[in-house]
Amino acid sequence: MSGLPGFLIDDRLHFPSCPSQGGQRFLVEMAAPLTLLLVLAVTIRAALFRSSLAELIAERVEVVSPITAWKRVVEGLALLDLGVSPYSGDVFHETPLIIYLFHFVVDYAEITFMLDIKTTLTFTDLSLMLFQFRKQKFALEADRYPLDCLELIRSPKEMYYIPLKVAMFYLLNPFTILSCVAKSTCGLNNAVVALFIFSTIKGNTLLSAIFLCLATYQSIYPLTLCAPAMLYLMQRQYIPVNFRRASFWWFIAQYLFMYLGSLFVLICLSFFLLGSWDYMPSVYGFILSVPDLTPNIGLFWYFFAEMFEHFRLFFLCVFQINVFFYTIPLSVKLKEHPVFLIFMQLAVISIFKSYPTVGDIALYMAFLPVWSHLYRFLRNTFLVSCVLLACSTLFPVLWHLWIYAGSANSNFYYAITLLFNVAQILLVSDYFYAFLRREHHLTYGLYLKRKDGSEATLVLK
Amino acid sequence: MGLLSDPNRRRALINLLTRLNAPICGMPVEWLVKTMQARGLEVYTQRFSRTLPFPDENKERYMVKGTNVYGILRAPRAPRTEALVLSAPCTPGDNNNQAVGLLLGLAQYFRNQIYWAKDIIFLVNDHDLIGMQAWLEGYHHTNTTGMDWSPLQGRGGSIQAALSLELSSDVVTSMDLVLEGLNGQLPNLDLANLFYAFCQKIGVLCTIQGKLQRNDWDSVSGYSHAVQTMMLMVMKQASGRPWGDHGLFLRYHIEAATIKGINSFRQYKTDATTIGRLLEGMYRKLNNLLERLHQSYFFYLMPSLSHFVSIGYYMPAFGLLAVILLLRALDLWVQLATPPPTTEDGIADIEQSSPGVLSVLTPLVISHLTGAALYMLPIRFQEMAVEHFPVSETEAVVLTAIAVYTAGLALPHNTHRLLSGEGTEQGWRVLKLVALLYLAVLLGCTALINFSLGFILALTLVPAAAFVTPHVPKVLSAFVLVILSPACTLLFSVFFFQELQEMPVSFLDGWLLYLSVISQGILDHFLYGSLVYPLIALLVYPCWLLFWNILFWK
Repeated sequence: MSGLPGFLIDDRLHFPSCPSQGGQRFLVEMAAPLTLLLVLAVTIRAALFRSSLAELIAERVEVVSPITAWKRVVEGLALLDLGVSPYSGDVFHETPLIIYLFHFVVDYAEITFMLDIKTTLTFTDLSLMLFQFRKQKFALEADRYPLDCLELIRSPKEMYYIPLKVAMFYLLNPFTILSCVAKSTCGLNNAVVALFIFSTIKGNTLLSAIFLCLATYQSIYPLTLCAPAMLYLMQRQYIPVNFRRASFWWFIAQYLFMYLGSLFVLICLSFFLLGSWDYMPSVYGFILSVPDLTPNIGLFWYFFAEMFEHFRLFFLCVFQINVFFYTIPLSVKLKEHPVFLIFMQLAVISIFKSYPTVGDIALYMAFLPVWSHLYRFLRNTFLVSCVLLACSTLFPVLWHLWIYAGSANSNFYYAITLLFNVAQILLVSDYFYAFLRREHHLTYGLYLKRKDGSEATLVLK
Repeated sequence: MGLLSDPNRRRALINLLTRLNAPICGMPVEWLVKTMQARGLEVYTQRFSRTLPFPDENKERYMVKGTNVYGILRAPRAPRTEALVLSAPCTPGDNNNQAVGLLLGLAQYFRNQIYWAKDIIFLVNDHDLIGMQAWLEGYHHTNTTGMDWSPLQGRGGSIQAALSLELSSDVVTSMDLVLEGLNGQLPNLDLANLFYAFCQKIGVLCTIQGKLQRNDWDSVSGYSHAVQTMMLMVMKQASGRPWGDHGLFLRYHIEAATIKGINSFRQYKTDATTIGRLLEGMYRKLNNLLERLHQSYFFYLMPSLSHFVSIGYYMPAFGLLAVILLLRALDLWVQLATPPPTTEDGIADIEQSSPGVLSVLTPLVISHLTGAALYMLPIRFQEMAVEHFPVSETEAVVLTAIAVYTAGLALPHNTHRLLSGEGTEQGWRVLKLVALLYLAVLLGCTALINFSLGFILALTLVPAAAFVTPHVPKVLSAFVLVILSPACTLLFSVFFFQELQEMPVSFLDGWLLYLSVISQGILDHFLYGSLVYPLIALLVYPCWLLFWNILFWK
């Protein structure tokens, strides 16, 4: 009976203890497909870099935003070379560290943007570790699960291919390829977030705080990832999540100290790099107050284009709070499952941030294979995939009709934006439902019976 | 009062027209420059040259060189921020000899008026559409088609509207309005209504698609006449060619139309002076515009000049066709998601693995490679084809395209040798699901940009896509699928178009016309950026090949 995850002893499940050599064995056996995948990805990106499509893609509003556009980075570098502050003129909105990074590597920009590869390797490693950690967790909690949940728990054989699938989902995702070819700095942001998740899962508190701080420094929204990081690290160190325990507060104080300390260091470093506080309003003020209303795939631009001035501040606050608002309820509900919480937070940030691009979407979509065991509980796969596919192709068509042919107007483009975001929200909430349902089944059994033995169905209220 | 009430001016115009009656070899650039300057316009010329990807039948050479001549009439008391364009293509022979004369006569008349608020540019372009493309690119500082032109020395502000004249005889019985532009783009309906209303006021007969309006809407023959007119417009829009010089203006957001004078031997004839008055009136109306024409519809079909079908009426018809595809896809999804029936010992066959991405990916990749071959090979290999076969370059290109298209039909038998495993029942379902969604999205996007093309493709491809499975009778379905393929649709459209224009052709003539349509389509893509050829070669044909693959799935 291959496919059974463990042995049945005394009506309880026992898992064989998994040696840590599983990881190395995986890398050895998966090396060939992974290398093939990497070669294919690099070829596609290199071919597109050399073709005439590269300039076309670099100008698409769906792929680059005022924060991440390469054109603006070049502009900022030019201003820096002239000795003028790069933030004068409201063109450049990147942080000073990015300017100095590109100051040194601007000639090798294309290779730097192949950073996608590094991100993918990070994802692969972390999903590998996730699956090992999960095996250990199941081994510990195996006796809590009722018998008929055997089919819900994944066998190591099924979980074997997940890191490869994660790598494929990220590398060969058209959104990632477009983002890389456009040389959008979103790739760098994604790499930092990937490193943060990796160090969190590895259990390294200091590195986790530092990478989170870097990610927050780049764009403010990863601040909400603090909560899942803390929850995961506490779970790993067996600190119970209980408000009355001193160890809980002590750990939070430690983590926040490291986080805020590194943030303080980074901000002071940026001040010393450029010698002024110019970058604060240009970067953080720009992200929070949304002055640039160029159309993109987000929800902000249309609203704020038609809003009256005296309501602007109110709606700005409402929209920005919307990004941060879901942290607390989700953390409370998912405190036992911080990794899923990270996924949900990443999705919420990508959908509701002020200047989203397709690179942000690619980041959370890369994690979907990790939860492939939820597939049987998902209800809207067909609808969501059709709508996402149709909207992705309709974006350039309606842009052309609006801007070039003049036959459509902004309402058409915003309609597609709305539809796209609704489809994403449906995807995320579908996964959430599937996750909660699986947890319910793990606690109460897969085939539910009422008290008199007849079959019951589960209804979501 | 009005143009040419002065007998002197009328005589001058008639003199001019008679002089131009003689056939012109090439364009008389110096004469035009001198004449325009004599009328008080600021005259400039623009040279251009273009290497054609292959010589077409008209030009018979690779390199096309020419000179555009244009004169700007500056508005006497207005800031020079807006302009109107009156153009007449100058072709050798007597295709358009009257138009240039009328243009010059109008220039002289307009020069003496004080009510112009916009600059008027009188453009005489060489080599029809190629010259017009060069002028427009020079005016707007873009270079999208790789043409070589000298920069324009004089400009007139942003162009608000343009009219293009085509007059081949000095006796005209009706004026035909041509609206269809590049990629099926149409000018604002307001422009067409403006022209029609003014024609009625002056008393000039106005036609569309060369057909006169009928008043008996209730009778069957009246209704079918209207349907024929509308089908002509659909065919012309679907071809994606600009059907007049105005077609290239539309891409720059300039409302433009072409006015053709037709001499069809009716009893009531109009002469050049009436046409001049008509154009003067049109330009005075356009002069009064405060903003660009944008209030009326951009998407419409016209069964006659006084009736139109708006997008709200015709898009649901297309939507219903697309829904067929989506319902079929949903049905396949449900079939794929239900687990297979359990075997005797109660354990379902878990080992029937999902076909995996690879078995679906192979037909996709091979179909798209064939499509890419159809797009690139005809042009690339024309020299080799000319060396080995006794054909001209144009024929080589067209015949290579047809050869690649037919070679694609042999593919399913080869890809199945390539695939290591044989396809499963699941395999073709997954492929069909992907192909249906791909076709639905493709047709949707096409219909948004060029509705007629999208609708005609939908009419032929949706039934084929819906019914094809490996289990239908192979020979009959293969025949039906080939009949419904894009190439045969084009062939039938050519014959249908000729029927609608009441000039039916024999089979051989129709076949030659079909070949010239293919070569013209390829040429249009390279010269003006028409999207029909790349769409069909790179997207529609691979999609059709996927269905062909499904039919022969083993």
